[in-house]
Amino acid sequence: MRAILAVLLENEAGALSRVVGLFAQRHYNIETLTVAPTEDLTLSRLTLTTTGDEDRIAQIIKQLDKLVEVISVINLCSDEHVERELLLVKVRAEGEARQEVKRSADIFRGQIIDVTSDTYTVQLVGPSNKLDAFILAIGENGAEVTILEVVRSGVSGMGRGNRVLSV
Amino acid sequence: MSITANKWQLNDEDGDFFYIGNSECEGRFRRDDGYVHLVFRQGRKSALLIQVFRDWNMTEMLSGGDMLIRSLQDEGVEYIFGYPGGSALHIYDAIFRQQKIEHILVRHEQAATHMADGYARSTGQPGVVLVTSGPGATNAITGIATAYMDSIPMVVIAGQVPRDLIGTDAFQETDMVGISRPVVKHSFMVRDASEIPGIVKKAFHIATTGRPGPVVIDVPKDTTDPAETFEYDYSKPFSLRSYRPAYEGDMDQVKAAVAAILEAKRPVFYVGGGVIQANAKESLRALVRAVGAPVASTLMGLGAYPGTDELSLGMLGMHGTYEANMAMDETDLVIALGARFDDRVTNNPDKFSPKAKIIHMDIDPASINKIVDSQIALVGDGQWVIEAIWSEYQTQLKQRSAHQTDSQAEQLSDWWQQLNGWRKDHGLNHNLKPEPGKAILPQLAVQTLYRVTKGDAFVSSDVGQHQMFAAQYYHFDEPRRWINSGGLGTMGFGLPAAMGVQMGSPGAVVACVTGEGSFMMNMQELSTCLQYGLPIKIINLNNQALGMVKQWQDMQYGGRHSQSSYSDSLPDFKTLVEAFGHVGIKVSDASELDAAMEWAFSEENKNRLVFVDVWVDPHEHVYPMAIKGGAMRDMILSKTQTSGGA
Ligand SMILES: Cc1ncc(C[n+]2csc(CCOP(=O)(O)OP(=O)(O)O)c2C)c(N)n1
Ligand SMILES: [Mg+2]
Repeated sequence: MRAILAVLLENEAGALSRVVGLFAQRHYNIETLTVAPTEDLTLSRLTLTTTGDEDRIAQIIKQLDKLVEVISVINLCSDEHVERELLLVKVRAEGEARQEVKRSADIFRGQIIDVTSDTYTVQLVGPSNKLDAFILAIGENGAEVTILEVVRSGVSGMGRGNRVLSV
Repeated sequence: MSITANKWQLNDEDGDFFYIGNSECEGRFRRDDGYVHLVFRQGRKSALLIQVFRDWNMTEMLSGGDMLIRSLQDEGVEYIFGYPGGSALHIYDAIFRQQKIEHILVRHEQAATHMADGYARSTGQPGVVLVTSGPGATNAITGIATAYMDSIPMVVIAGQVPRDLIGTDAFQETDMVGISRPVVKHSFMVRDASEIPGIVKKAFHIATTGRPGPVVIDVPKDTTDPAETFEYDYSKPFSLRSYRPAYEGDMDQVKAAVAAILEAKRPVFYVGGGVIQANAKESLRALVRAVGAPVASTLMGLGAYPGTDELSLGMLGMHGTYEANMAMDETDLVIALGARFDDRVTNNPDKFSPKAKIIHMDIDPASINKIVDSQIALVGDGQWVIEAIWSEYQTQLKQRSAHQTDSQAEQLSDWWQQLNGWRKDHGLNHNLKPEPGKAILPQLAVQTLYRVTKGDAFVSSDVGQHQMFAAQYYHFDEPRRWINSGGLGTMGFGLPAAMGVQMGSPGAVVACVTGEGSFMMNMQELSTCLQYGLPIKIINLNNQALGMVKQWQDMQYGGRHSQSSYSDSLPDFKTLVEAFGHVGIKVSDASELDAAMEWAFSEENKNRLVFVDVWVDPHEHVYPMAIKGGAMRDMILSKTQTSGGA
């Protein structure tokens, strides 16, 4: 089961290392992790994706909650939510293939944010599986297109409607 | 020392005296007893300056080092267990200039942490440790981890290199916050000296509330610099919005728990160290007696319910009694109070209490459903929850028909018949007799200790066979009497822990049941015992081997004793302790055991540390022993007998 954990924690030195340390120590895996201060600068918001069965996810949440600096934790996947991830992919594409890449980017509503004579850098925002699909689609363009570099931001997310994570 | 206040001003400084004055009064004050006494020219003759500061709404100015020690004083700390070094020297100077807190100088930092731990376990008050940076800090890690695993309140202050050297691989720099992170409840790094009182206050709060545990404070040397002073006010409240331990449990769950108890035919209380931590002894006793169900105690829970009481089945788990483990297997309702289903208790969790519904109370939500799923979960303070169960029990009892009550009484009596049968079949024999000319059974040594101390001693232990024999054969009727490293299983814990116990309870009888292997891990503390006159009685169950390791090798490795013996090179312990200024006695014949033990605890030795080197049968194994991977009923009962289906 995939879980997207949204964590509100004190924006203090060392707080992030406690979260990461907990995952290492208890052999929980981290698939993606993003963190930044919120509009209230004393708080950081962290979004983390992990996998495990129901018991394991419940245990991860409880262990996170036990950290003194963690204020609240929810599993976004346990209810309706929105999730987004940012992808930047740089491809080498020449000749005919350049059109193919551009078309794929359009279909996925990606933007080309950097161009040279033989490369494109495409930016795409969306749920993680859409980014996966895009990377696959680009790769299927044959030998003329080579993926040079991929960088993903990791998932950020929020509950839908009135579902709010707050202090 | 300097003072700032709108109404007061420092007039002059002359040696030890400071002259201050304002329009209303004038006076001088001097350092005395760690406090500053104000001597007025008119009116009151003298007053504590601290009081004056409060009365006159003034703030005291102290250096970081002084603030640290004053904060500890204001927390009511009696002892600091520690060892000095470069990064901690400003703090040590602050200790020198006061008399309220006594500093106990150990011989190894690990021992300081175990002493603080023993002090905390026996008194319920947090233990305090002070070490220097680098090796001082890393030496403390084992003791911090020991306290962490058993949820013991402790505050560890570690010196650190000055802030501008952090991250440069400076001399004796180590990332203490990083190294200790997996084994602390929380930790702080002092970033600015002015934060010190607030950090100390938070550290004590976190260490002692909720599920207790060790808290580390890393203090860079320059934040304790005597040259810089700051406003000191310990009464300032702090905010910790992210830390709100549960206190009250959920009343619906309490009601469900009571309904289950009233339905149960074969209930059993499974009691752990959490009940002791919650100081819930009275409530537990009232509840157990009202229900009339048996009590199986974890290694950590011994004493929460009286060991000699007829409802007590003794310890459960890997080396638990036959009757306790059988009860856990047969029960239809496990009432787990302050216990965490440790693997040394449950054996194979998939086969744990197969017929039972489980009620689980713990202060830590993360303990619930971690190993074994419970049907009724009670998260909250032990005392609150047990009391709530008790009073709800009284309420629901009244609503029951006479028929219901009778039929439950009948079922309970059948259950007790079964329990007593198990007890009779394979219970531990507590009436062992010495056989003259024969090797001493280690169990007999503990039984003798129990008799001689009338069951009223504090007993610390180390790790190994001797620890299990102590747990099985010494009955604890009170909580906080059995002091042992259950979670981490730290050899070397026993002696320093006993020392901490003795510091916390100066007049009490304190025994340390140890093994020669464990004792040698921290025996340097014999020197500390002499320095502080600690009359501990060390009962060394000397089997000339790492007995527990050897037992496993006997049972699982075809008797191949890989690296578990040193019998040719053991020291003469009597001479050894004499060299440290104590007295010792060696016993190897069963007929001498009584006399030796009596002598150790005699009036003559009241104020002396005595080491009783008991040469026990080296071939003895600890039984019962859980069969790996089995259910709780699956036990090896002796070298020739097993129980259960495995
Ligand atoms: C610090 C540490 N190292 C290793 C162990 C593993 N261990 C558990 S029991 C034991 C043997 C203990 O020997 P001793 O203290 O003589 O006790 P005995 O079992 O002989 O009674 C060992 C090595 C441990 N628990 N702690
Ligand atoms: Mg031994």
